[in-house]
Amino acid sequence: MPKSKLGIIGSGRLGTAIARQSSKAGYEVRIANSRGPESLGLMLSVLLPGVIAGTVGGVIEQSDIIVLAIPLNQYKTLKPELFAAKVVIDAMNYWPPTEGAIKEFMNEEVTSSEYIQHYLKGAHVVKTLNHIAYNELEEHNLPAGDPKRRAMVLAGDDKEAKTVVSELIDAIGFDPVDLGELKNGKKFQPDTSLFNARYVANDL
Amino acid sequence: MELGVFSFGDVQRAKDGSLGPTSESVTNLLEAIRLADKVGLDVFGIGEHHTEYFPASSPSTLIAAAAATTKNIKLTSAVTVLSTDDPVRVYQQFAIADIISGGRVEIIAGRGSSTESFPLFGYDLRDYDELYAEKLDLLLKINASKDGKVKWEGKFRPALDNVEIVPRPKEKMNIWLATGGNPESSIRAARLGLPITYAIIGGHASRFAPLVELYHEAARQYKTPNADVRVAIATPGFIAEDAKDAKDTFWKSWGWAMTTLGKVRGFAAPTRDHYDAESNRDGALFAGSPEEIAERILELHKRIGHTRHIFQMDTGQLPHDKFLKSIELLGTKVAPIVRAALEAEKKKEEKVKNAKI
Repeated sequence: MPKSKLGIIGSGRLGTAIARQSSKAGYEVRIANSRGPESLGLMLSVLLPGVIAGTVGGVIEQSDIIVLAIPLNQYKTLKPELFAAKVVIDAMNYWPPTEGAIKEFMNEEVTSSEYIQHYLKGAHVVKTLNHIAYNELEEHNLPAGDPKRRAMVLAGDDKEAKTVVSELIDAIGFDPVDLGELKNGKKFQPDTSLFNARYVANDL
Repeated sequence: MELGVFSFGDVQRAKDGSLGPTSESVTNLLEAIRLADKVGLDVFGIGEHHTEYFPASSPSTLIAAAAATTKNIKLTSAVTVLSTDDPVRVYQQFAIADIISGGRVEIIAGRGSSTESFPLFGYDLRDYDELYAEKLDLLLKINASKDGKVKWEGKFRPALDNVEIVPRPKEKMNIWLATGGNPESSIRAARLGLPITYAIIGGHASRFAPLVELYHEAARQYKTPNADVRVAIATPGFIAEDAKDAKDTFWKSWGWAMTTLGKVRGFAAPTRDHYDAESNRDGALFAGSPEEIAERILELHKRIGHTRHIFQMDTGQLPHDKFLKSIELLGTKVAPIVRAALEAEKKKEEKVKNAKI
């Protein structure tokens, strides 16, 4: 079965690390940023050969899984109507010490990913890839079965979406561990014991 | 290879574990800079922060004072959080320090990974990128102005209509960009013809090699006139005579700093295993004996080709006497090994070149 097509929104450290690892794992990867595809040519040619640059709209349209890797305080630049029926990985964090307080995310009853799910109506949001340092995606990946293989937790309300996201996590060298519904993302946001921590699946 | 130190002016810890006075950090820092100059180090950087842990909020003031009491060492910010400052003021303050020093002052501009200056000075973090781009543009214009007059217009500050920005140092100041690894920053530095400092705070140090390649490739493509293409590396580091002593001491202070930062930023504290992995071989933490650190600098130099390496030593309330000893060892033991090895390497290359001719 051919692998899903992956589209990454955000070309910073996390976005490019995910692009490199998923491209190496055989995914067809597209990437977009707010400055447009022409801003990406040089970077892709040196750092990410094989990854395709596109506009945000184009990348979303042509991909099965969309990874959101932009600062959360820029979320309103995303057009919700483009995301209908797409699997969306929310790798963003509500992280006031680094990106400032955002009024709509200050409600502690609702996690940032639930808010994004609400904003991107019709998308199937899975929260993951948010709790690992970007460089560790490229340094801690291990083949399946290795006893030291690091776990990557995920949470989401759509089973099928979680299946394709789990495949991706496995393909880039980590053990997916499903923590259940999207609201359980509160277990691995900033200020939790899982955030930036290193576990193997059995510990969880 | 230029070797040096950078600091955020960490305060000391009192005997009861509480944080020491912020005033002490200022005098300690000036003492450290004088020592670095005395032992022949090439550069000392001061990183702008605004917290009770890191009170070096105004690097240009410290640099001006250090400029008056040192002879040879280059003095730089590391970094100036340009996004939340006024480039006119930054230029004036560093220009004065540069004149006092006789041309030894540099600025490393950054967007800031610590963002406490945004609320402090009334800036919106949503403008993070735009602020930096605009303020950098103005700072470079002021620095490049031949007659001292500047005509400039932007969004975040009133326009300048041929306004004179003084005083003018004899020569343009060296302005560097710092980056924590965002690929766009490497391209930006190359496009602007500026030297770049990579801040490597964790993981494998050599993972920055592809970014350095991107910086060089961008420089080749942009062909910016009078480009100053140089690569510096900034990492945590600590040196003691004995390797184990160095690693244990630095674990205590670095581990404490990361645990504290983790509490503020909400991430899990590092473990000793994690630290051991990163303070050896290709790790980002350069803690060890002089010989070991020299070897690791040279090893990274093979991968990255950097011409400056500066170390943040006093992180996490490292006792001041150990900080001073580490500076001394960098100057008196590490630097001679690194310089001799690179000199030998150069001679060998010349020999091969001559043989080919």
